[in-house]
Amino acid sequence: MSPQQPVDGRDSVLTLRGISKTFGAVAALTDIDLDVAAGQVVAVVGDNGAGKSTLVKILSGVHPPDSGTITFGSRVVHIPTPAAAHHLGIATVFQDLALCENLNVVENLFLGQELRPLRLNTVAMETRSWDLLRQLSAKIPTVRVPVASLSGGQRQTVAIARSLLGDPKIIILDEPTAALGVAQTAEVLNLVERLRENGLGVIMVSHNMADVKAVADTVVVLRLGRNNGVFDVRDVSSEDIVAAITGASDNVVTQRAARRAVPGDATVEEGPRQ
Amino acid sequence: MKLTDSPEAVATDLQDERLQARAGLRGGLTTVIDRARGGDLGMIPVVVGLVVIWTVLQILNPVFLSSANLVNLAMESAAVGVIALGIVCVLLVGEIDLSVGSVSGLSAAVVAVLFVGQGLPAWIAIAVAVVMGMAIGYLYSQIYNRFGVPSFVISLAGLLAFLGLQLYVLGSRGSINLPFDSGLVTFAQFAFVPPWLSYVFAVVAAGALFASGFFHARDRRNAGLSASSLTALLARSGALLVVLGFVLWYLNQTRGLGWMFVFFVALVLIMHYLLSRTKWGRAVYAVGGNVEAARRAGINVKAVYSSAFVLCCTLAAIGGILAAARLAAVNPSSGGGDINLNAIAAAVIGGTSLFGGRGTAFGALLGIIVIQSISSGLTLLNLDSSIRFVVTGGVLLLAVIVDSVSRRSRTSHGRA
Ligand SMILES: Nc1ncnc2c1ncn2[C@@H]1O[C@H](COP(=O)(O)OP(=O)(O)OP(=O)(O)O)[C@@H](O)[C@H]1O
Ligand SMILES: [Mg+2]
Repeated sequence: MSPQQPVDGRDSVLTLRGISKTFGAVAALTDIDLDVAAGQVVAVVGDNGAGKSTLVKILSGVHPPDSGTITFGSRVVHIPTPAAAHHLGIATVFQDLALCENLNVVENLFLGQELRPLRLNTVAMETRSWDLLRQLSAKIPTVRVPVASLSGGQRQTVAIARSLLGDPKIIILDEPTAALGVAQTAEVLNLVERLRENGLGVIMVSHNMADVKAVADTVVVLRLGRNNGVFDVRDVSSEDIVAAITGASDNVVTQRAARRAVPGDATVEEGPRQ
Repeated sequence: MKLTDSPEAVATDLQDERLQARAGLRGGLTTVIDRARGGDLGMIPVVVGLVVIWTVLQILNPVFLSSANLVNLAMESAAVGVIALGIVCVLLVGEIDLSVGSVSGLSAAVVAVLFVGQGLPAWIAIAVAVVMGMAIGYLYSQIYNRFGVPSFVISLAGLLAFLGLQLYVLGSRGSINLPFDSGLVTFAQFAFVPPWLSYVFAVVAAGALFASGFFHARDRRNAGLSASSLTALLARSGALLVVLGFVLWYLNQTRGLGWMFVFFVALVLIMHYLLSRTKWGRAVYAVGGNVEAARRAGINVKAVYSSAFVLCCTLAAIGGILAAARLAAVNPSSGGGDINLNAIAAAVIGGTSLFGGRGTAFGALLGIIVIQSISSGLTLLNLDSSIRFVVTGGVLLLAVIVDSVSRRSRTSHGRA
């Protein structure tokens, strides 16, 4: 697949070329290309183990890539540490959330970017926390309980709110809606659209085709650690994406779809031939 | 907790309808009980333990709670208490230092040799020992950060190595006495706060508690958050004033409040501030709670570990100097015996979790008072050190059991 062209001729903020990463004998990523422009939502999809989270971790400074270049703005950058990613303006919501269970919501939200380092401004931090959480329609009764006592979805909301602090240029969401309720999912999708309107680049990893179709501009498919197609979301169907994900147009998903269709019309059509 | 004064709006943080209103003293009490049920025991075990131990020892020997004995107890607590404060730091990041005893002994030996042997000014000797403590902590942190050796092994090696170094520094002299007229010994044995000044301390402490609470509550109210009421603040600082005033009055019946104990409490307060009010403190708790999350939040995890090890060894060195000054002598067994275990026990009894991420500086203060009470009480009963060791060991085990059980209870109550 040829690397995608920036949408609408916009310059891409983040450009990956030939990124590879192996873990021991496992080639988690091979020769990955990816472009994200300001105000663009790129959905990264792929099967379990396709390498999506690995790609996210490379961009957020958790793992260094083995080879390949990352261009941010117009400079080639290295992202050796998470701090370097923050510094560049790349904020990430990890799949495993990465929250400190012994700290409360406010402490987690501002971890590493506390206001007034030598005399913490707890009041401002709590006020800002409430703003962020309200914005996400978070259903969190109090922000002064340890994160350990929150539900999975509440934690996810906290992790998403975390990424909005600071002034990121690129936000990476690794399966942001996986644990969320209906309202919160809609809220996150709204948020993604708002981020796009504000000119941020968004990379969203998701298994949910409906979410992808709803907010993404571009869909990047990974399969077994390789690029397996870049689609403009306007002219691709869910079936095409699924085909690219599984690597065949005749796959378990289409088979299921066909089977479920059988009782209705398929029998009638096929009946006479037998 | 009390709602904001403004009648029209509910405070931002109290709007969720599932929140039960908890106002006034009863509300505060309910919160504490709820937390304890959930396994967040905080200071409860150590306070209960202290009351039990003091009652039993007082019944066994009426001298125990005498003013003179308590004055002494406070003085005896300072040295190991300072070491325990360092242990709190390493435990908070989820590590341990078993060598604090040896480091304190080495530091005492260095001070004695430079001050008495070489005739250098005391402050130079002290500075050298403290810098040496920092260097040892830095060495530990480098080994830990670079090679990933578990801290318990590093410090076990340090335990032996620095004991050897202490013997080497002392050389053939064996025991070195510190002159009684030196500032060091005076500070540790004869320097007491004049009664009027001690009451000033109490008033300043209560005033500071009130002022910080008042301004914090004002800021919160201005920001539309719930805040403590004026009555609650007044009650809290009033209670502190009464308790401190009574304790000081009782101590002042005899020699009063020792400057060395004041020094220890000052270190506790500084550490409390650093841990609870600075970005560094947050990083320490975060690393102890979830290293990977801390790392991904952009925290320089290695630097946090380094700071904890350096602080611990530095405080151990300072504690060693205080212990030497208190004894007015340094010998090959300085820093040996039960100092190591007492320091660790004090931290754990004070509510610092061995699993990392939980604990406070005040824990070291209360913990060492428990340990020292046991030691002092048993000495008063003319029981020798064999029994003291057994009892202290038992109390430590009990504290660790409480820690482990409350951790399990936190997990099941979703507060892990
Ligand atoms: N830290 C690691 N050490 C070794 N192997 C790893 C590591 N992280 C990921 N892998 C391997 O890399 C491959 C890609 O994993 P990754 O987590 O990126 O998948 P994913 O696309 O996010 O899958 P999912 O949809 O399940 O989240 C997997 O085969 C996995 O076993
Ligand atoms: Mg993943």
